[in-house]
Amino acid sequence: MSLLQIEGLGIDFGGLRAVNDVSFSLKPGEIVSVIGPNGAGKTTLFNMISGVYAPARGRVLLDGEDVTRMPPHLLARRGLSRTFQNLQIFQSMTVLENAVAGHHLHERGPVLADLFALPASRRRSRESEAGARALLERVGLGRAASQEAGSLSYGALKRLEIARALALKPRVLLLDEPAAGCNAVETEEIDHLIAAVAAEGVSILLVEHDMKMVMRISNHIVVLDHGEKIAEGEPAAISRDPRVIEAYLGAQATEATHADG
Amino acid sequence: MPELLQFLLSGITVGAVYALVALGFTIIYNASDVVNFAQGEFVMLGGMITVFSHAAGLPLPLAALIAIAATAAVGVALNKLAIEPARGAPVVSLIIITIGASIFIRGATQLVFDKQIHRFPAFSGDRPIAVGGATILPQSLWVIAGALAVFFGLWLFFTRTLTGRAVLATANNRIAAQLVGINTNYVMTLSFAMSAAIGALAGVLVTPITMTSYDVGLALALKGFAAAMLGGMGNPKGALAGGLLLGLLEAMTAGYVSSQYKDAAAFVVILAVLFAMPQGLFGRKSTDRV
Amino acid sequence: MRLSGKATTLLVLMAVIAVAPVFFPSSYYYRVGSLIFVNGLAVTGLVILIGYAGQISLGHAGFAGIGAYACALAPVHLGLHPALAAVLGAALSALIAFLVGRPILRLKGYYLAVASLGFGILVSMVLSNEAWLTGGPDGMAVEEMGLRAALKAIGIDLSNTQFWYAFSGLVLVIGAWLALNLHHSPTGRALRALHGSEVAARTVGVDVARYKLVAFVVSAVYASASGSLLALQNKFITPDVAGFMHSIEMVTMAVLGGAGSVLGAILGAAILTTLPQVLTVFQEYEQLMLGLVMMLVMIFMREGLLPSLARLVRGRGE
Repeated sequence: MSLLQIEGLGIDFGGLRAVNDVSFSLKPGEIVSVIGPNGAGKTTLFNMISGVYAPARGRVLLDGEDVTRMPPHLLARRGLSRTFQNLQIFQSMTVLENAVAGHHLHERGPVLADLFALPASRRRSRESEAGARALLERVGLGRAASQEAGSLSYGALKRLEIARALALKPRVLLLDEPAAGCNAVETEEIDHLIAAVAAEGVSILLVEHDMKMVMRISNHIVVLDHGEKIAEGEPAAISRDPRVIEAYLGAQATEATHADG
Repeated sequence: MPELLQFLLSGITVGAVYALVALGFTIIYNASDVVNFAQGEFVMLGGMITVFSHAAGLPLPLAALIAIAATAAVGVALNKLAIEPARGAPVVSLIIITIGASIFIRGATQLVFDKQIHRFPAFSGDRPIAVGGATILPQSLWVIAGALAVFFGLWLFFTRTLTGRAVLATANNRIAAQLVGINTNYVMTLSFAMSAAIGALAGVLVTPITMTSYDVGLALALKGFAAAMLGGMGNPKGALAGGLLLGLLEAMTAGYVSSQYKDAAAFVVILAVLFAMPQGLFGRKSTDRV
Repeated sequence: MRLSGKATTLLVLMAVIAVAPVFFPSSYYYRVGSLIFVNGLAVTGLVILIGYAGQISLGHAGFAGIGAYACALAPVHLGLHPALAAVLGAALSALIAFLVGRPILRLKGYYLAVASLGFGILVSMVLSNEAWLTGGPDGMAVEEMGLRAALKAIGIDLSNTQFWYAFSGLVLVIGAWLALNLHHSPTGRALRALHGSEVAARTVGVDVARYKLVAFVVSAVYASASGSLLALQNKFITPDVAGFMHSIEMVTMAVLGGAGSVLGAILGAAILTTLPQVLTVFQEYEQLMLGLVMMLVMIFMREGLLPSLARLVRGRGE
């Protein structure tokens, strides 16, 4: 039984087919990576699955329920959470507050209770703060809790986004280039983190340019090129697939040839 | 029927002024993504400077030219002193800056000139011309002709001249324009100068009909912005159509509903347009990128 | 022990309100003080809307107008006590904010600015034009609230200006307390989150449309209460309270001091309320000064006076 199922998803931008007829599925606890050259439509695919863009064609099923074109905040309630390729951090808040904000669905309550700081409201804040501190420890940002989020390094912000996304206790987690801008040590930490989260039964959909990481942790890989799925399978099979080498590595190979000539 | 025709004629006259203010908004918005709430002050300056230059003994055409040139200089100063230093500021800041500029210009005008209501003689006399049972002032024809001339002139400028195309390119994609060697700072300055001059021209044309004083700018800015929005922000054709439509609407409301609420009609329609089609009549749809 | 930001803000505010009268050379200054508090209250509401949620409104004077005219009209036509009339005004403002806010808040930036501005102008237009009810541009009288007389009966004898200084000060402190509570609450976090990144706020489950509406309604109630206070202490009200310039002044006060902080915004209210009083000699220059201040602060101190100064001090300290 798949937890997240994508069926024939597609979208056009100004007559241009950005993504077309993409289908695949994720089982609980599975790590699926979407790879492809720049501009292949990976982030667009993410935006459609997470409700940021409305797909023109196809369906998204979450645990059997049709959630196509459902707004992101309702998807969040159903256990789908994500990070962003170009960071979407709450800049004027502290690192801790960013992680606490991730607990929104657990901590929200009547506005009047919040205005008058009633005990119930303060209790909700305390609980989500405790949860947030634990998550920050988990992603290695425990010491930075009281800093302004804007002051963190790029790699640290990537981890903060993961912590914020985990705060939802998601069933499906979409990670858009979580290791971008990270050094080797940080990449390995993220690597372990993703594996540990998946081990808890969370399905992870990953976009990542670090091929070593993708090959190491993915159960399954989907390859996009020009918005279409050109291959999918296990990492070992994908790395041998001639179409993938042509589309994905071919671009680099061609560049290399040009550079040589 | 003559009644309806009368309302139509006065609506088109007022609408032509709104269209000119809206065109001014559009030019600056396209070049810099700034909505200039001081746009109405340009109209006020055009009228006031003409009044005082004329009163000082200059012939009317020369006084009008001086007013237009001086207002264009104010537009350039506004860009150099207030808009350029604030580049990259959030929209809220830019709104406050241009509203601040509008209040500042109003305050300065009241100090330099006075707080009285003024007018100068109409260009071709004040004898109404009869049109099918209704009448129109010769000055109204000047206003309408002025709006059409400006619109046509802008069209030529944007399609036939290199500078005009540079402005369009900047409006389309600022960074790309810089990359191909367009001096975008110059384009912005030029846009403010043009926009201010067009506003001043509107002031020169309409003052013999509506009269002017230091505080007429704000209402004009709001109506002009409303017109620009009605037509679709950033679209010159939309500005023209939006201005005329708003003018007609006001004239009809004043004539058939209540003259007290003619200004209300404009805002009710604007709210309705914003809710029903936020892109305006001629606007483009845009997608947020994340 | 280090005090929380909330406690510090409230203590500073209360201390200033309590101690300032010592330095007042004449009773006129009580009047200026209570005007500062009345404006400060409206501006505190805008801190929630602009500072927390990042949404602009150029029409909040409309709600001040509703609050003010509720105090003028309800006692005459409905026989309500003026204090209850203020509550009625707040409820009405909340209702109208709810109805208007739903469609308006789908808009962003300039569009939201102009839509809210249009709303404010419609309110002030109705107040000026429906002279049979509101007295038109000439305004109308407002009944005495009667609280001062009640205080006198129990032995607290305050002059009129002293009473309004103390009463508006008290209301402002309560308003500040509520706004600060909100800042550190789940709702406040949701508002600041959608300010920081709307798309990220959505993906963590924030119903962005609903929370924008919450900020709009709450800030409308603040503006309404501010209008009511003004009407009750002036015992007279004109449509100017709902006018465009009043909306602009409110927003300017908020961003001048720093829309992100309650104390900063109240400081902004204090400066812009005092300035014209101090500069009465230069009354001619009032608009010039206001416009200049608006531009300079936004160009050189984008976060507002207080946060910019705080940054400067902290920078020195490190």
